[in-house]
Amino acid sequence: MSGAVDTRPVDQPASFEFTPENLAKAKAAIAKYPAGRQQSAVLALLDLAQRQHNNWLPRAAMDYVAGLLEIAPIRVYEVATFYTMFHLRPVGKHLLQVCTTTPCWLRGSDEVVKACEKKLGIGMNETTGDGKFTLIEVECLGACVNAPVIQVNDDFYEDLDGPSTEALLDALAQGRKPPIGSVKHRQGSAPEGGQTTLKDVTFAKGAT
Amino acid sequence: MPKLTIDGREVEVPANTTVLQAAQQLGIEIPHFCYHQRLAIAGNCRMCLVEQEKAPKPIASCAQPVSDGMVVHTQSERAKKARHGVMEFLLINHPLDCPICDQGGECDLQDQAMAYGFDRSRYKEAKRAVKEKDFGPLVATAMTRCIHCTRCVRFLTDVAGVSELGMVNRGEDSEITTYVGMALGSELSANIIDLCPVGALTSKPYEFIARPWELRKTESVDVLDAVGSNIRIDSRGGAVLRVLPRLHEDINEEWISDKTRFALDGLKRNRLDRPYVRRNGKLHEVEWREAFAVIAERAAQVPGSRIAAIAGDLADCESMLALKELMKALGSANFDCRQDGAYADPRVRASYIFNTGIAGIEQADRCLLIGTNPKVEAPIINARLRKRWLAGGFKVGYVGPALDLTYPAQQIDMAGAAAFLKDAKAPMVIVGTSALRRKDGAAILAASRALVEPREGWNGFNVLQLAASRVGGLDLGFVPGQGGRDTAAILAGCEKGEIDILYLLDADEIDTTKLGKTFVIYQGHHGDSGARRADVILPGAAYTEKDATYVNTEGRVQLGRRAVFPPGDAREDWAIVRALSEALGKTLPYNNLRDVRAGLIAANPLFAHIDERVPAPWSAFGAAGSIDPAPFVYPVADFYRTDAISRASPTMAACAGAVAAKAIPARKSA
Amino acid sequence: MLADKDRVFTNLYGQFDWTLKGAQARGDWDGTKDLILKGRDWLVNEVKNSGLRGRGGAGFPTGLKWSFMPKQSDRPCYLVVNADESEPGTCKDRDIIRNDPHKLVEGCLLAGAAMGATAGYIYIRGEFYNEALNLQAAIEQAYAAGFLGKNACGSGFDFDLYLHRGAGAYICGEEMGLLESLEGKPGKPRLKPPFPAGVGLFGCPSTVNNVETLAVVPTILRRGAPWFASFGRPKNEGTKVFCISGHVNKPCNVEEAMSIPLRELIETHAGGVRGGWDNLLAVIPGGSSMPVLSKSIADTILMDFDALRDAKSGLGTAAIVVMDKSTDIIKAFARIAKFYKHESCGQCTPCREGTGWMWRMLERIAKGDADISDIDLLQTVTTQIEGHTICAFGEGAAWPVQGLIRHFRPEMEKRIAERGARPMAAE
Repeated sequence: MSGAVDTRPVDQPASFEFTPENLAKAKAAIAKYPAGRQQSAVLALLDLAQRQHNNWLPRAAMDYVAGLLEIAPIRVYEVATFYTMFHLRPVGKHLLQVCTTTPCWLRGSDEVVKACEKKLGIGMNETTGDGKFTLIEVECLGACVNAPVIQVNDDFYEDLDGPSTEALLDALAQGRKPPIGSVKHRQGSAPEGGQTTLKDVTFAKGAT
Repeated sequence: MPKLTIDGREVEVPANTTVLQAAQQLGIEIPHFCYHQRLAIAGNCRMCLVEQEKAPKPIASCAQPVSDGMVVHTQSERAKKARHGVMEFLLINHPLDCPICDQGGECDLQDQAMAYGFDRSRYKEAKRAVKEKDFGPLVATAMTRCIHCTRCVRFLTDVAGVSELGMVNRGEDSEITTYVGMALGSELSANIIDLCPVGALTSKPYEFIARPWELRKTESVDVLDAVGSNIRIDSRGGAVLRVLPRLHEDINEEWISDKTRFALDGLKRNRLDRPYVRRNGKLHEVEWREAFAVIAERAAQVPGSRIAAIAGDLADCESMLALKELMKALGSANFDCRQDGAYADPRVRASYIFNTGIAGIEQADRCLLIGTNPKVEAPIINARLRKRWLAGGFKVGYVGPALDLTYPAQQIDMAGAAAFLKDAKAPMVIVGTSALRRKDGAAILAASRALVEPREGWNGFNVLQLAASRVGGLDLGFVPGQGGRDTAAILAGCEKGEIDILYLLDADEIDTTKLGKTFVIYQGHHGDSGARRADVILPGAAYTEKDATYVNTEGRVQLGRRAVFPPGDAREDWAIVRALSEALGKTLPYNNLRDVRAGLIAANPLFAHIDERVPAPWSAFGAAGSIDPAPFVYPVADFYRTDAISRASPTMAACAGAVAAKAIPARKSA
Repeated sequence: MLADKDRVFTNLYGQFDWTLKGAQARGDWDGTKDLILKGRDWLVNEVKNSGLRGRGGAGFPTGLKWSFMPKQSDRPCYLVVNADESEPGTCKDRDIIRNDPHKLVEGCLLAGAAMGATAGYIYIRGEFYNEALNLQAAIEQAYAAGFLGKNACGSGFDFDLYLHRGAGAYICGEEMGLLESLEGKPGKPRLKPPFPAGVGLFGCPSTVNNVETLAVVPTILRRGAPWFASFGRPKNEGTKVFCISGHVNKPCNVEEAMSIPLRELIETHAGGVRGGWDNLLAVIPGGSSMPVLSKSIADTILMDFDALRDAKSGLGTAAIVVMDKSTDIIKAFARIAKFYKHESCGQCTPCREGTGWMWRMLERIAKGDADISDIDLLQTVTTQIEGHTICAFGEGAAWPVQGLIRHFRPEMEKRIAERGARPMAAE
């Protein structure tokens, strides 16, 4: 990631435990794997913990997950620091993950980044003062034919440019959630302005 | 067996051999960093790349199993180029700070850079800097030097069984860390210093003390437990500067405990370097002659039956033999080498040694620990048990309070012992001193014996001794003679005024409040509890300061060697006893070390078998009796401070402090 | 052009119902039981005969891979599905997962039957959250319909299928890294040997297949191997989903016959290169790991494994990244190098140290802040990484840089010269 890595100390909660609902989900996740292979569920449990805790993982949550899975805490720290989707310090309500890898860059991700920085008044790896937005740069999100792309928390917004990015941020700031996917309302990954294939859809009896 | 060709030479090796091992058999050294024969294969440094004919890419010889007909070149252009490339990558982010690095002179990276490196750097970018980590009082870190070989992680996780170190982050930001910054919670932790191929992990107590080429190296054995780990003592001038493990496959492989390695700063503190005599309640420095005169004057008035001697845990065999002979010459049968009063049958050697042998653990398929916590009583033996467990098909049970041994173990009671060991092909029991120190020690010993009646080629009965002196003392007969008193009776005699003179040879673990008005002679090297109660102090030599014989818990006779001279007026211990015997008019026939060692062999021919494990004949021992259901109390409460040397060590005190601080959030080991 | 009737992915764009009902209307889950009952050998042979090669990048023959699984095993055997689509330029599996998930689910069952697997784990990249919801729902629909689980489709074959979400790591798309991640560890690729068919997931025999590979299997089995093999050149048979991104007028995904000429593909489906074909500068033909092609090669190249291999590149994931003449080609590749630096797992030396070195040099060269000799040094660094790493990531990182130097060295030299050659920095 570009931008300085934030190393300021974080206020860590003293303890963490799953809500009963998440504990049930955690148990279901563990049950997917053979007996004795519960470590496989570590990604799922960390994800649950992060969702429960304002989208970041405190140490107590990692220790709690280690206890639940009966593995050494260091094994959990290794995982939590290896995968980019785990955040070990607080992030804003809307985590703006701007893809700047070459396919997005070729189609103007610089403009998208600039729009974010201008609109929000923050740089990469920073959070707005009101805690609403955190801006980070991510690697290829796998939606390259709909580039450039921002992932806001779980949702992809595609085919962006400067103005549409600003409009997206406005909507989010106002508490609205624009429909996910292409901001140009393309049909998925089909070419803009009309499909070249799959026009003869006699098979599509079940089409809605 | 597959046959392969390496550098034009054919070699036939077992099927699971790696290319690197096969090359080693031919005497072909392939450079490597991450590979270590006692650790799991990681294959990550890529230094050991070699060319294999018909393979599309160079292969990592440390990880590649051999196959029949394989043709390997370790010196081809392709192999060399691969190695040069890896070496360059390792060096681009490695600081060029060898002149201020403690690893300098014994650094794998430095050595191999000489062989494979370029003469100057082509790297023009900024070098990586990594934040230091706190690994506790023993291991100093300079993580910018780390080459990410993960030997330390693999050692702690696999060998020591303590999952506390890991590699966090990824890519070029990868870092070895405990993550939360705390001391490493293993009695074996400092072995990662030896394993680190660069100067990322170095010895904190030894930081900036010396360069390897300044050191005198003495091969010796450790005495801070009964394992007899083989060590190398590095000294300069009159000072022991560091202790390192010395390879012994059957004992410690190439590991030593943190106490073995780091208690050495206790050798400089609280030392007895002059004879002392107590006058009017105060100890006064005196000449040897005067100290002996005071003893002689006292002894002249006392019959042998009112004289006694106790040998402590650090006593060597030569001095125990000399003292035993002196006691006999004085007409006393009151001497004992079991200062803790642990039961042993001195007539049956099999009753007090580790008959299976430490390496023999690897042949066992089940093990029952009775009243022992090997993790702190003998970390090296515990590591061997863990190694056996990792190999699979090994079950461990224990009788005693709950334990964390670093491997799964089932807590059972004595009544369930037979059922636990039933059906095992090679069962073993390990009886600890917490069982033998009790009143029912003889009964426990007999009951334990019954669990593992030896069979052809297998003796699974073991006693885990704590004291380096114990097996040797029993072997040479430092036990009460006809009608003599054992430790308990000696102490009772002192209390009741029936013993007038008590000779303590390195004995610090007795209850000195029971000594009443007894005239106490203390011979030893530290001003510990024995010396504090003494009327006469005879300053002896610590284990690093004398040529001396020890017998480990396996019954293996080993020789310790003098690395430095004892401080001040202190002398080798057998020589002190010999000099005293002359002052007492009972001159012992030992004019030199050779004479004493001949005396040892005369006392027990086993002393001629240096570094051998002679099987002990099997016969009845112990005594039938009921076993008290009261729980065992493990003898070692603080691993870091078990004897006069480690108690004097600031480093050991710091370790104990770090453990205490860490004990607050209790953690599970994997 | 491939006829719509010969397209496997009839809901690629998601205009129809992706759920079981819609999928069945499009012909999925039709006669699955009978296919399973034809037995392992038939299934494997049919896939072998179809010419299907892995769609994840390496192009290994799928039927052959399946045949490596043990015929008898006292341990469980696993199918592992690589849905960790992360190779820059690539976004085809995403469409299959969100719009045609039942093709994948049915493909998993059939592949599982073909290799005697007891269960399958689909490893989907964590960022595909909404896609994972659809796939999980599709799995649940299939269970509810009796298509999965005990006696799947009434065939007597038991097969469980689980979805496992990743959490952000490109390296988990490497099969040995994926297995590590699936076991709850950092995705640091394991050493080979042992290979997964012997010791894979949880130490058991396993086969890792890409999403698209498995999703075409049901159609192949229903329409027959000869049908699939009728598309593309020999050894490059079948249809393929291509992703066309970058400087084209209408970026898109499209399913086409293998061996289609690149120019035809771009001009037919993606609206042509921005500013016309002659405005083309370069094309990455198979995801960012595959060496770039110059325009002169792109003019005539066929999109298949062998043609691209012969052009010193590769089909990879068939993700085409188009760059027109406005592109700062050095910056474009510096950004790719940054991607590999960021995604290197850090386990082995050449990749951990070399990817950062390449990226930093490219950044300097892009600014002209370099010496001409740095280009040779950069080339050397790529060869010191290539072939020396634990996994294929090393090649993936080295090849794009090699491709850049191969085709655009004059551009690099020009950039440095423009800035004025400067003396070597003092050591």
